[in-house]
Amino acid sequence: MRIKLKSNIAVSDNGFVFDPATGDSYSVNPIGVDIIRWMKTYDTEAEVINQIIETYDIDSKTVEKDLYDFLNLLQNYQLAENA
Amino acid sequence: MKKQLTIAVSGLNNTDNPGPGIPVIRALKDWKGIDVRIIGISYDHLEPGLYMHDLVDKSYSVPFPSEGADNLLLRLEYIHEQEQLDFIFPNFDAELFTFIKLAPRLEAMGIKTYLPELEQFEERQKYRLYEYGEKYGLNVPKSTTIHSISEVPEVLKQFEFPVVVKGKFYDAYIAYNQEQVYSYFHKIQAKWGLPIILQQFVYGNEYNVTALGDGKGNTIGAVPMRKKFITDKGKAWAGVTLDEPALIDMTKKLISASKWRGGMEIELIKDKNNKLFLVEINPRFPAWVYLPVAAGQNMPAAAVKLAFGENVNAFTTYDVGKLFVRYSFDNIVDLSDFQKISTIGEL
Repeated sequence: MRIKLKSNIAVSDNGFVFDPATGDSYSVNPIGVDIIRWMKTYDTEAEVINQIIETYDIDSKTVEKDLYDFLNLLQNYQLAENA
Repeated sequence: MKKQLTIAVSGLNNTDNPGPGIPVIRALKDWKGIDVRIIGISYDHLEPGLYMHDLVDKSYSVPFPSEGADNLLLRLEYIHEQEQLDFIFPNFDAELFTFIKLAPRLEAMGIKTYLPELEQFEERQKYRLYEYGEKYGLNVPKSTTIHSISEVPEVLKQFEFPVVVKGKFYDAYIAYNQEQVYSYFHKIQAKWGLPIILQQFVYGNEYNVTALGDGKGNTIGAVPMRKKFITDKGKAWAGVTLDEPALIDMTKKLISASKWRGGMEIELIKDKNNKLFLVEINPRFPAWVYLPVAAGQNMPAAAVKLAFGENVNAFTTYDVGKLFVRYSFDNIVDLSDFQKISTIGEL
């Protein structure tokens, strides 16, 4: 994966994301929770995209666009970094 | 070490600009296996801690250190006669110099302290911090001390706006132009006197670390925190413990190089390039010291143990993501209590 979630980022079932290095916390929706967890599980963006398509009724083009938007957001908040 | 200790604690002003006294007392009361009797020492009859009888067993008024060390010592001798003190925990910046000077005489009376040495205390003063950073290889934002307002225009040539205008002991304001520097200079001078410190402002997030050094270069405890809610006085009203090794590393480097003895709080700023700057060293535990205690590092108790020559192992872990959230509380006080402390100086 080109963009990696920082290893110590924690996410709870109800979408509370905590960055223990800065003390900042965020809220994500259920799809955000899934993506953050899959980012920890899978090695490539393609695998995450496939998993989203399998789980949600959505086309790959939309997923790809939205995923990269989300990853950029994670990077802006310093929750993820370039691998 | 005795199983019962009588410990005098100052800094009982648990207001919106809280002193560390009450959190230090809570830490000492949490000390398992040791029964601690707390003697409050106070400079003002309305310090809230005086009236917190569940935490403070007995209180005495003491003269301000500015009235002379001998006056303070006389009063402490009286309190010692009444209470047989084992240890004194001074918690105000403004009294530490006097207590450091009095420490050998207190020790001779049988009262222990655990304070930095005078040179350790002096060299980290705000107006010497830039040189301190150079001496110990720590990043400190450029700063200059000024003793007269006429120096401002010339000194400002070394800085870019914004700059931080700081008092010798307390207060700091961010100035975005020369007029604001003048205004804050007068404001701080009127309250805290001279000198005034001008420091280059560093954009970034602020972090704080509570730590304890053993005087031999070892860090006994260190817990970093990020303020989550700040009052209009700039005080933390809520904060959370962090897992950020760079903050601990810088703390250990500082304690190792300076051989710091006692409690301390360091304030750091991380800029957008993740470079850490040391912006302040407070030579005592901060008002949020109970957060590290709740997270697993009872540093006030460890400081007392060290003072008694006990072997204290360095803390190695703490809970990350532990929060403190302050609150205010109207403690109802009988006039007779206020009368006692006001007239006879004891409660």
